[in-house]
Amino acid sequence: MTNVEPDLDTVPETVGAPGAPHEIHVELGDRTNHRAPSAEPDGVIELRDLEVFYDKFRAVSGVNLVFGSKEITALIGPSGCGKSTVLRCLNRMNDLVPGAHVMGDVRFHGVDMYDASVDVIEVRRRIGMVFQKPNPFPKSIYDNVAYGPRVTGMKPKNMDDVVEQALHGAALWDEVKDKLKQSAYGLSGGQQQRLCIARTIATSPEVILMDEPCSALDPIATAKIEDLMVDLAKTYTIIIVTHNMQQAARVSYRTAFFTAAADEHGQRTGRLVEFDSTSKIFGNPSDKRTEAYITGRFG
Amino acid sequence: MPDTTAATATGGSSARSHPPAWRGPTVDLGQQHPRRGERVIKILLVAAAWLSVAVTIGIVVSLLAPTVTFFTHVGLGDFLFGTEWTGGFGDKFSWTDKAWGVLPLVVATAIITVIALAVAVPLGLGAAIYLSEYASERVRKVLKPVLEVLAGIPTVVYGFLALTIFTPIFAHLVQFNTIHNMLSPGIVMGFMIVPTIASLGEDAMSAVPLALRQGSYALGANRMKTTLRVVFPAALSGIVAAIVLGISRAVGETMIVTIAAGSRAQLTFDPREGAQTMTGFIAQIASGDAPQGSPVYYSLFAVGALLFAITLLINLVSIRLVRKYRQVY
Repeated sequence: MTNVEPDLDTVPETVGAPGAPHEIHVELGDRTNHRAPSAEPDGVIELRDLEVFYDKFRAVSGVNLVFGSKEITALIGPSGCGKSTVLRCLNRMNDLVPGAHVMGDVRFHGVDMYDASVDVIEVRRRIGMVFQKPNPFPKSIYDNVAYGPRVTGMKPKNMDDVVEQALHGAALWDEVKDKLKQSAYGLSGGQQQRLCIARTIATSPEVILMDEPCSALDPIATAKIEDLMVDLAKTYTIIIVTHNMQQAARVSYRTAFFTAAADEHGQRTGRLVEFDSTSKIFGNPSDKRTEAYITGRFG
Repeated sequence: MPDTTAATATGGSSARSHPPAWRGPTVDLGQQHPRRGERVIKILLVAAAWLSVAVTIGIVVSLLAPTVTFFTHVGLGDFLFGTEWTGGFGDKFSWTDKAWGVLPLVVATAIITVIALAVAVPLGLGAAIYLSEYASERVRKVLKPVLEVLAGIPTVVYGFLALTIFTPIFAHLVQFNTIHNMLSPGIVMGFMIVPTIASLGEDAMSAVPLALRQGSYALGANRMKTTLRVVFPAALSGIVAAIVLGISRAVGETMIVTIAAGSRAQLTFDPREGAQTMTGFIAQIASGDAPQGSPVYYSLFAVGALLFAITLLINLVSIRLVRKYRQVY
């Protein structure tokens, strides 16, 4: 009864078939086609000369990025290129890393997010985050979803409605409506990740950051989350870090490609190589390194 | 027994129904050296584990027989609910000229334990929360070992501290003029237990996965809310275990109360008064002259058995509570 019915229609077809190595075989999935991205992103979040240090180590340098609202933007690149570091700057989760230091501008609706007057709690309520591994709290399904509204001091008239809305929003309601009081740990991995999404949207954020949200999930659960992302992008701005290039190609409107380059001291620092519409990045990238990465010759 | 299939398939002598297809050189997979060391180590480890069980059973059995003898002379009800205890006085070999009501000893133990916990639980958990959730790595590395050294101070030192420093201070502050009282040993015992609760509590909270804290922060919770609503419930079983160990140490603590709470068995709820505890009584009689076979000798075992039963009960109740309220991650 609690099993997720595998919806085979939504299982992504294999893309990027092996064969001619210089030809790009990534198909853009159907999911992106319901709305073509506007020519220029509107800049709801803007990065100017972003530089991130962990103590003396410069993890990321010289990143300029403009995100569009109600779009899915994918951050891709090889391991150690700094894409997760950049993502964690966007809701100040890097504050929690001892020794982390952010330079440059991170602007949300034009406001400097790292200004001394900014309340980090308000930042994180407006910019939610979903993590690599599902991390529900060891509480009931209901309490997981109600957690955000409770701790941020939202006083909804009816918490039950908030919980139901959020679970509907994460396409989980039908699977859990009869066991809201049961532990979240009884859910499958994919359900847990959708619960984490429900938990995030319960605080009514504007932006949802996702750090490789499907890397711990099987293909069927992955497909469900991808469908959900496209659905959520009608309401929320989504920025996703992914190792899975097909996933970036299937769900995102725009893609930023990062890579790590060694400086004169041999220190490797992540840099933004190219940022464009996903069809351009996967169809006709401007930079040789991007092309090499997405065709699988590097990274 | 010739096997036709094997013979036709491989031409070998194997009697199996599914002969191997391998035709290359054979290999010896048999044991090259007998591994006796492994067996010896296992026997030693098993012995170590069972020895502690055997010692516990031995303690219970050795308590049992003299306790039964005691209760052939004294009624269980008179013992548990009697409000006067004069076990150490009078004719050494007479059962009838003494009052055997253990309540004064139990109440004194309870009052001192409650005072100790009132000091140790807030301070210990506060220290645990600070160490686990607020302190930087550098501070933690210094503070935790220091705290654990504090747990190693001999209790006789604490007892002396209570008698010579705390009692005069409290006598001045709350106006009493007895040398022995329950307040100062209770508070000093609290300080003694703080490191135990802090250290074990910190272990329990540090074991809560970082991912849960991150999830909480990402939803806009601050540090205190993350600690109280996510970390604390998830670490509850370890925290309760730490507190129960603290209670057990308080109930069983002997030296501090012998020195600072006095040896007068009296039923009082006033912490400014001195009163003998169960352990205080056992220490006093066992170190004095209690002829074997005398009533007071048997009473030692009865009080000891009661002490054992109380500690066991606290353990059982806390296990129940933890099962009910903990959040398993």
